[in-house]
Amino acid sequence: MNQRRFFVPAAMVFGFVFLYAPIVSLIVFSFNKSKLVTVWAGFSTQWYGALLQNDQILQAAWVSLRIATLNATAAVVLGTIAGFVIARFRRFRGRTLFTGMVMAPLVMPEVITGLSLLLLFVAMEAALGWPAGRGFLTITIAHITFSMAYVAVIIQSRLSDMDESIEEAALDLGARPAKIFFQITLPIIAPALVAGWLLSFTLSLDDLVIASFVSGPGSSTLPMVIFSKVRLGVSPEINALATILVAVVAIGTIISGIFLARQRRARERDMKMAKADTTT
Amino acid sequence: MSTRGAPVLTKGVNRTASTAVKRISGFGLGPVWHGLRRRFRGLGRASVIGIPYLWLLAFFLIPFVIVLKISLAESEIAQPPYTSLWYWIEHKYLNIRLNLGNYQYLIQDSLYWNAYLNSVKIAAVSTVFCLLIGYPIAYGIARARPDRRILLLMLVILPFWTSFLIRVYAWIGILKTNGLINNALMALGIVDTPLVMMQTDFAVYLGIVYSYLPFMILPLYANLEKLDLTLLEAAADLGCRPSKAFFRVTLPLSMPGVLAGSMLVFIPAVGEFVIPALLGGPDTLMIGRILWDEFFANRDWPVASAVAIALLLLLVIPIVLFQYNQARAAEAKS
Amino acid sequence: MAESSKAPAVFQPWRDPNETPYVSIERVTKKFGEFVAVYELSLEIYRKELFCLLGASGCGKSTLLRMLAGFEQPSSGRILIDGVDMAGIPPYERPVNMMFQSYALFPHMNVAQNVAFGLKQEKLPASEVRKRAEEMLELVKLGAFAKRKPHQLSGGQRQRVALARSLVKRPKLLLLDEPLAALDKKLREHTQFELMNIQEQVGVTFVVVTHDQQEAMTLSTRIGVMDEGELIQIGTPTDIYEFPQSRYVADFIGSVNIFAGKMIVDEPDHVVIHSEEAGMDIFVNHGVSAGPDADVWAAIRPEKMHISREDPAREQNCVRGIVDEVAYMGDSSTYLVKLESGKIVRITQPNLLRGNPDRILWDEQVYLYWDASSPVVVTK
Repeated sequence: MNQRRFFVPAAMVFGFVFLYAPIVSLIVFSFNKSKLVTVWAGFSTQWYGALLQNDQILQAAWVSLRIATLNATAAVVLGTIAGFVIARFRRFRGRTLFTGMVMAPLVMPEVITGLSLLLLFVAMEAALGWPAGRGFLTITIAHITFSMAYVAVIIQSRLSDMDESIEEAALDLGARPAKIFFQITLPIIAPALVAGWLLSFTLSLDDLVIASFVSGPGSSTLPMVIFSKVRLGVSPEINALATILVAVVAIGTIISGIFLARQRRARERDMKMAKADTTT
Repeated sequence: MSTRGAPVLTKGVNRTASTAVKRISGFGLGPVWHGLRRRFRGLGRASVIGIPYLWLLAFFLIPFVIVLKISLAESEIAQPPYTSLWYWIEHKYLNIRLNLGNYQYLIQDSLYWNAYLNSVKIAAVSTVFCLLIGYPIAYGIARARPDRRILLLMLVILPFWTSFLIRVYAWIGILKTNGLINNALMALGIVDTPLVMMQTDFAVYLGIVYSYLPFMILPLYANLEKLDLTLLEAAADLGCRPSKAFFRVTLPLSMPGVLAGSMLVFIPAVGEFVIPALLGGPDTLMIGRILWDEFFANRDWPVASAVAIALLLLLVIPIVLFQYNQARAAEAKS
Repeated sequence: MAESSKAPAVFQPWRDPNETPYVSIERVTKKFGEFVAVYELSLEIYRKELFCLLGASGCGKSTLLRMLAGFEQPSSGRILIDGVDMAGIPPYERPVNMMFQSYALFPHMNVAQNVAFGLKQEKLPASEVRKRAEEMLELVKLGAFAKRKPHQLSGGQRQRVALARSLVKRPKLLLLDEPLAALDKKLREHTQFELMNIQEQVGVTFVVVTHDQQEAMTLSTRIGVMDEGELIQIGTPTDIYEFPQSRYVADFIGSVNIFAGKMIVDEPDHVVIHSEEAGMDIFVNHGVSAGPDADVWAAIRPEKMHISREDPAREQNCVRGIVDEVAYMGDSSTYLVKLESGKIVRITQPNLLRGNPDRILWDEQVYLYWDASSPVVVTK
């Protein structure tokens, strides 16, 4: 019986160590004086300086950030519509195909999506003259296409958890469907929209394969630059970049964690308040 | 109290509309009026459905059709580097030429067969390991105290938000010949010569399990969190020991989560490129890499397309399974 | 009961030939694919009634309510409200409001905003919106809670916000879907009376859907009993309870003893039924519309019977048995008596004496008898 008690916590500890050991090693060795990343030669922040002077990386980072922002915003719009349609419109012609197309990018191997989109852009250019050459625009379109799938799943899940009678009540009280969507539904699912935006942003920032297929000269993204560097072996500037990224994500996660915990405590306080006046 | 006596002018549009409706209905035109209104509402609905539908048709579905088309073409030194499928003879006869040679090439050359089989094998084994490692973690988080749960979830999600590419890169530093593990083993005197871990199948397994672990944990957690604990209490009350109760109650009920997580790992892993490219060796055959090389190195677009189509066909069944599972879960909720 | 004590006469608009019905449901059928939820249902509801649709889960009452609200369209038949055919009219254009079982309060708005929402849709001036919302909150005694959000309220308070929100638009018809289901017993009783008072004050026609018979009996002017999509019987609570028209209705409301038998004497002013189950004849002092030799059932309510150890020496309307079970309820006692035929008869007696030393106990032999007016004869 006692072995059972140990098993799950032990497995969890092992799991978390497994998850974090590589990340920790990245961070530790970003401060390594030696260029041989894994042989410790003393503490140094020189690689951060080198990173900030590396034009190639900085340029690529800027491109990636712009694409990611555009992508996240457009994906949230399209994905919310798609998620709403799946959750609320029960029957319409072509619903199975629609649902399939929305969900498929979640599991599709990236090489297939990347190849197919590139071939599309090439064919479109040959037939219509647009898009003229590949680059920023084509990468953004490609990213929006798979990001919206993630947003749609999140929104659809949130909407099906939501009590539909709230929307019916609004209808009953005289509001038209369009108004209800913007005044009632959206405010209620707002956190899911934020989650969708953040997820799309991260996925875009991190995408290598699809961007490689559909990019053109002068539009290298950050992952593409990182990949070309690490193919040749370890590179301490990449460690520095990694540490910065982890720091940003960690700060964001901590902030949202504090925010959520505070919300939960406020909710608990409210429920106690409600229980207290049981005069009615 | 009644608002019916109030003058129409001082009330809003809706009131005017309903009064008008009453007048029209009085004339027996009610159904006609409302039929027209329903048409307009239908139009609104259609355009809402249409926006994402059109986007996906254009940028998701049609590309696959084009891939299929090009897989039936021949490679050519041209821009774009493939032939057209049809051409005119004497401006009158439309001749369609489907080149099945690419597919024949795939079938005949054992390289591709092996790559497909190897990819499936690696993906399947990795999925199993993800499940073995991920299930206890998901279970542990689901059982933890609610305030601890958020913290643990954050800990799982944090690596997921950091760059996939960079996390794979981290393993290079750990696994290479003068990397972390080897340095530690040598320093402790456990081995004399460094272990070869980079550019091996082992590294690829490790990389895939590591990178896809959050994709397994999250759906599993979502499922386990909703598990009704009173079911386990009932089992205990009926004389079932906890370990048995796990296999008889918890595990079967968590199957949808297991399936979702497994599909989310297996399907993309089959076509994975980055991990075999960075961590695998020249004989680690994975189909994603083959496709990439066919396209970028050999510039053979038709063959790359054929590889893609074959991969898609291979994955059709798991993909359909995934969709089916998702649809069933959605229905169970309603 | 809900008959208005303020009116000089008894409130019975359905008996008045000059009254036109307010809601007319004409042969409405609703199908979901193959499943028929409501079948050829016709019903007329009059102004200011508090009408209850009563039935078990799945009988179609909620579907009917949703059709009145406009969330479903009938597959066939018509619904008229105040003379206007509601075909194709969406919920936001009907003079109908609904109070939902889950209350469906907008979680991101406070109480005042929730209540004001419906008024805002009518594009009224802001001052009037505020005034009417405040009035309504006072009516439901929630004036002090205007700034609170729904999750800061108790269940009873949320229910009153939902009620206020649906009444503030002064609808002609208010639909309530299991309004008291989520409340505990004490609160439920209190709220029942409040609901009735508010309805009388505001003068709105209420249609309430419930599965709780006690609630239906307390609240309604009339009850419509539904089963499997059809209306089985409509009537005032007295009609439904004392004059059920079928075994289903007799059995559905309260408890009842049903004796199967054959009609042996059929006169305009009395009938006699021979019942094997009862082991004797039942004499009923009113005429019944069934022929001689017809298979009928006599329904007798438990509280209409008398129980005693002594033989009352009657030839009809009396049975003998052994006490099988005794249940002491505080205000009354219920006995289950097993007759010679094996049938179990249920009888309820008020506990008139405190600490009665002579009370009847298990396994005693007892006689049950009743007045000739007590049985109701049903033919289906």
